[in-house]
Amino acid sequence: MTRIGFDHELKQLQDELLALGSMVEKAVIKSIDSLKRRDLALARTVVEEDKFINHKRFAIEERCLKLLATQQPMAQDLRIIVAVLHTTVDLERMGDHAEGIARVSIRIGDDPLIKPLIDIPRMTDLALGMLRRALDAFTHRDSAAATRVCQEDDEIDALHEQIYRELLTYMLQDPRTIQQATYLTWVAHNLERIADRSTNIAEQVVFIVTGKREEIGSSKY
Amino acid sequence: MAQAPVNIRPSKHLEVPPMPIGDEPENADPMASETIALETKSLQVFYGSRLALDGISMKVAARRITAIIGPSGCGKSTLLRCFNRMNELLQGARIAGEVLFMGEDLYARDVDPTEVRYRIGMVFQKPNPFPKSIYDNVAFGPRINGNKGNLDELVEQSLRRAALWDEVKDRLKKSALELSGGQQQRLCIARALAVAPEVILMDEPASALDPLATLKIEDLMQELAKDYTIVIVTHNMQQAARVSDYTAFLTTEGGGAPGKLVEFGPKDVIFTNPRDQRTQDYITGRFG
Repeated sequence: MTRIGFDHELKQLQDELLALGSMVEKAVIKSIDSLKRRDLALARTVVEEDKFINHKRFAIEERCLKLLATQQPMAQDLRIIVAVLHTTVDLERMGDHAEGIARVSIRIGDDPLIKPLIDIPRMTDLALGMLRRALDAFTHRDSAAATRVCQEDDEIDALHEQIYRELLTYMLQDPRTIQQATYLTWVAHNLERIADRSTNIAEQVVFIVTGKREEIGSSKY
Repeated sequence: MAQAPVNIRPSKHLEVPPMPIGDEPENADPMASETIALETKSLQVFYGSRLALDGISMKVAARRITAIIGPSGCGKSTLLRCFNRMNELLQGARIAGEVLFMGEDLYARDVDPTEVRYRIGMVFQKPNPFPKSIYDNVAFGPRINGNKGNLDELVEQSLRRAALWDEVKDRLKKSALELSGGQQQRLCIARALAVAPEVILMDEPASALDPLATLKIEDLMQELAKDYTIVIVTHNMQQAARVSDYTAFLTTEGGGAPGKLVEFGPKDVIFTNPRDQRTQDYITGRFG
């Protein structure tokens, strides 16, 4: 067995990616919590902490560049590094979506919610489940599991549509709800993007394993 | 085989389409649109009673660069030497199977091996200029061949093609041994070009050169591939990845087992998504 040092660095790279994934997951959970509980301080923490996610992304990209420049990776090694480069961007953008949700929470401010949040937390669980399973598939190089993640996106899209219609009904019935209902559609949109970016990660797993680039299932949005 | 005309231009002008770009169906033959310059069919090479290469069937596309890679002792150079019958200069070496050049049996009874080596030239690992002037090195082959044309012009053209002319035009009568290693290697390429080959075989042509001279040789190979078919043996995987159009990976199970062709294909496939685990392990540096 040769290239022990390189293998170790590839492993570290993947660990860093998982750490970034975990930071993003926490940011999403906090942002939704802040919305549910009307906790503006928590929302501000999410906005404030997004910079750490950005830093982590750049640090991972630096590692990738270093490995590309110094190790001349080939074949699956090369595909792993390219996939990490793509995935780190997707994760960082998911962090921005969490920040977007937190900003909505701040905008709603002290106003009471126009309706109890039921579908939005459900959508959050689904989206974060997709993210976790996509990263698990990444770790285990499991293209079958990755393909299943992509198939889950339909459920998210359906839920997104349902939330949109419901909020539209609120707006039609009572124009005073228009502002907050619009904000809540933004939240649903951010969650939909998080799920969609999870499918991007899953597609990278398929690329690592098979070398094929393909869009598996396509989002309606 | 007919006497090759001694001029600098390749004797056959082929229409070479662009390289396939890789979005063809999985099972499509990536070489379907290529003209095949060389082909081996179930080639075996023996040194005495030892089988050095076994079951090699591969094609070399015309005016492309084909790289042969593999660990030491896998028979890369042996395979290369089969392409211009250099192996038979070694005592006890013989082949079984077929080697075809433009569809004709290179080892047929009526084929003159010297003639073969004019049409299929070779450049070696260590630059080996003759202890003569730069001019005489390039003019050597054509003179032996009874060149009746303008020798000065031929020497200039050959040196230009080898990207050496500008560096040596003012000292053509100086000894070739005064040149740097990289220049000597390009001189050897010019010398090979002067007898108007169709194929140039290169056995580790840059392994004795510094990085800059290496890159010059690689640029030169790509320039030459517009007119010539090039087969290169290299230990340098990055070099194969940089310059080749097609790559063949040979390996041996060791302990004197014969070299075998594991995988052959467009270099993009070999270096980004090889089909065989052994290729994957070798090119990612996990064995070999």
